Amino acid sequence: MLRYVASKFFYMLVSLFILISATFFLMKAIPGDPFMGEKKPSPEILARLMEQYDLDKPVFQQYTKYLGNIAQGDFGLSMKQQNQSVTDIITDTFGPSLRLGLIAIVVAVIVGVLLGMLAALYHRRLIDSAAMILSVLGIAVPSFVLASLLQYVLAEKAGIFNVMGFDSPLDYVLPVMALSAQPIAFIARLTRSSMLEVLHSDYIKTAKAKGLNWMAIMFRHVIRNGILPVVTYVGPMTANIITGSVVIEQIFGIGGIGKQFVDSITNRDYTVIMGITIFYGILLMLARFMTDIAYAVVDPRIKLDGGKEG
Amino acid sequence: MKKHKSLLLLMTLILAIGTALAGCGSNNNEGAGSSGNKPKEQVFRMNLASEPPTLDPGQAQDNNSNTIINAVFEGLTRKGPDGEEVPGVAEKWDISEDGLKYVFTLRNDARWSNGDPVTAKDFEFAWKRVLDPGFAPAPPYAYQLYYIKNAEAYNLGELDDPDQVGVKAVDDHTLEVTLENPTPYFLSLMSFQTYYPLHSSVKDNDKWATKAETIIGNGPFKIASMTKGQKIELAKNDQYWDHQSIKLEKVHMSIVNSSATELSSYRNDELDYAGHPVGNIPTDQLAAVKKQMPDELNIKGISSTYFYIFNTTQEPFDNVNIRKAFSMAIDRQAIVDKITQGGQIPAFGFVPPGIKGEKDEFRKEVPDKYFEENIDEAKKLLDQGMKEKGYTTLPAVTLIHNSDDNHKKIALAIADMWKNNLGVQVQVQNQEWGVFLKNRSALNYQVARSGWGADYNDPMTYIDMWTSGGGNNDTGFKNEEYDKLVKDAYATDDNAKRMELMAQAEKILVEDNQVVMPIYYYSNVSLIKPWMKGINIDFKGDLDFSRAYVE
Repeated sequence: MLRYVASKFFYMLVSLFILISATFFLMKAIPGDPFMGEKKPSPEILARLMEQYDLDKPVFQQYTKYLGNIAQGDFGLSMKQQNQSVTDIITDTFGPSLRLGLIAIVVAVIVGVLLGMLAALYHRRLIDSAAMILSVLGIAVPSFVLASLLQYVLAEKAGIFNVMGFDSPLDYVLPVMALSAQPIAFIARLTRSSMLEVLHSDYIKTAKAKGLNWMAIMFRHVIRNGILPVVTYVGPMTANIITGSVVIEQIFGIGGIGKQFVDSITNRDYTVIMGITIFYGILLMLARFMTDIAYAVVDPRIKLDGGKEG
Repeated sequence: MKKHKSLLLLMTLILAIGTALAGCGSNNNEGAGSSGNKPKEQVFRMNLASEPPTLDPGQAQDNNSNTIINAVFEGLTRKGPDGEEVPGVAEKWDISEDGLKYVFTLRNDARWSNGDPVTAKDFEFAWKRVLDPGFAPAPPYAYQLYYIKNAEAYNLGELDDPDQVGVKAVDDHTLEVTLENPTPYFLSLMSFQTYYPLHSSVKDNDKWATKAETIIGNGPFKIASMTKGQKIELAKNDQYWDHQSIKLEKVHMSIVNSSATELSSYRNDELDYAGHPVGNIPTDQLAAVKKQMPDELNIKGISSTYFYIFNTTQEPFDNVNIRKAFSMAIDRQAIVDKITQGGQIPAFGFVPPGIKGEKDEFRKEVPDKYFEENIDEAKKLLDQGMKEKGYTTLPAVTLIHNSDDNHKKIALAIADMWKNNLGVQVQVQNQEWGVFLKNRSALNYQVARSGWGADYNDPMTYIDMWTSGGGNNDTGFKNEEYDKLVKDAYATDDNAKRMELMAQAEKILVEDNQVVMPIYYYSNVSLIKPWMKGINIDFKGDLDFSRAYVE
């Protein structure tokens, strides 16, 4: 087990290094600088700004200096948002994204699994069709379309919710709905098909024939086996939702990290781009890492010391 | 088995309905949120399309930052309802006869939000801080202070001694300012953020402008709270000298970069104000808005120009007749009526309306009759230009603009007009903001979109940018006569003569050389709820809500 974890961890560090280097050089390759605008600063001031932020040095020198800084945990100051450290920006804005993301994940798992189970139990009946139509819609409709639609119908027309804001618990409802629709649909389909498979398997038939009660069959056999694919999906989904709420944050005016990321790229705010990329990178890799381990724990067929990494 | 299955179904239903009910239930207690009524307290709710990059008056350059800074700080003068200078921190001022020396007398009751008195030293400190060559990051707007004697030399490091800069606090209530050249609009600059005073506590705290607690202002409001990327809340500043005139208790600013959300929230009574200058109303909804809320829609011409620039160093626009032909062959009225739809005015000059001339507006004293739209004439000029260049067919032309729906629609319409009226094929290309700016300043384009707004209320803010090699002159245009006119206008203290010189310069720029192709003068389009009174939008389109109130 330890060796498995250690090798996974080592590969994580290597990928992180590649991510940092690639992002750094690609970012420098985009034309523009953090000080551009319709009204340009005078050449003297621009030169001074470039010097103050070390942007006048050769790119490779900037790169080694940056690596040195982050090795010491210093992610620098934002070049656009004056005197704000990148670390502060990330810690200030990750909270809302995390809260929104976690709620969406919980909702997605509960609703998705329930819907999938219903569809499987009522296979080829009205409820099954309804659930599947819903889930096709959920997958097909992009979240930003759904978000605008929800704003229009439930906020503007029905007046139940606020169009934007992130203050009262009620303000979470629309963004959570918009954000969880797609994973709900996916999880529902996943649950349905694996439950159907399980329901038709021999050991369930045996259990039924033996006269085991419904609850026992459901909880001990069907759900437990049927939910396995969902577990493996939750890891990557968590990372996707937390990092992927960019559009939803824009539409509902939530001060999350996704919004910062998009703005930083438009503004060529180099230090913020790097900081958030690294942060996202670590987040995604950790999610991957935990899924791998969870998978190994849940599914005994995966050999921990074997050559899976090979 | 069946029974259990229905149980599961029931659970799901209860979960779903419960959520919906919970939603309705608690909302009724929310009150102001969405119930279609005006707020019960003196509060003003507006939206910022992007987060202000800084709240330091010495660093700020953009509309979002300025809107907040103008509410939290106050300069020696402030802008009255008609854009005129009214006393701010200064109670009165004397100007020497040669227009070079200003002596401001500060009022006794001006205070910082922590109760400290505002003194002349706070101004001297703030101005010299911006000019200090060692100040990091270097403030791009330092040049706004270059009217002051030796300011430029000190800022550029040619002069080491800050005492030689022409600003001096004679005592706590007297500020003496000496200028480089007579500047008729200097007083109006006193209400510009770079000239605001700063509390001495900022000296030891680099991060003062990033936290609500350390921002000590002297304006009508103070910062109550800031939630990064989400909202900024202001509260009335009781220490403000004119606090009797301030009726609003709170200002709530959300930060959402989506014009659809902004309009939706306005409709849902979550905002009292939507639109320019700090937000946006989607253009494709303007027609509907005009129909549904004609009384709330507020359209005001502002001093900004939307135009295209020609690269005068690249074919085929190194020929003046071809530039003229392109400029004459479009229908500006159609663009304004059908695309922008916000009451913009077709432009035939570069200085927009609203800018002061000698006695009246400059644009009224000097009408923008530099050219006319005329397709036949345009065709002739194009033929003539092609002959001069020896073309049988025009080289391929590409028009670039930065990615934005409106810019795109306008560009496509103009390309279409060129195709129909001149028979030339023009390719339209949209580029990401940074890439676009880089290409434009590197003269790596043929025709490019551009826009320019006033820094101060004088035609010079539009004229001096086109001098040879000027930092914002992205056209390659070089003209000695033009440079001389600008230089002469700077040197004279005779306002009539200045206006005359600038009018001549504008004629050279537009009529004689057609370096720019003016398209329209901007308008400020906003929605204001019927209960919000006293909101003012000035000639530049700056928003002033300090004297607003809920009725």
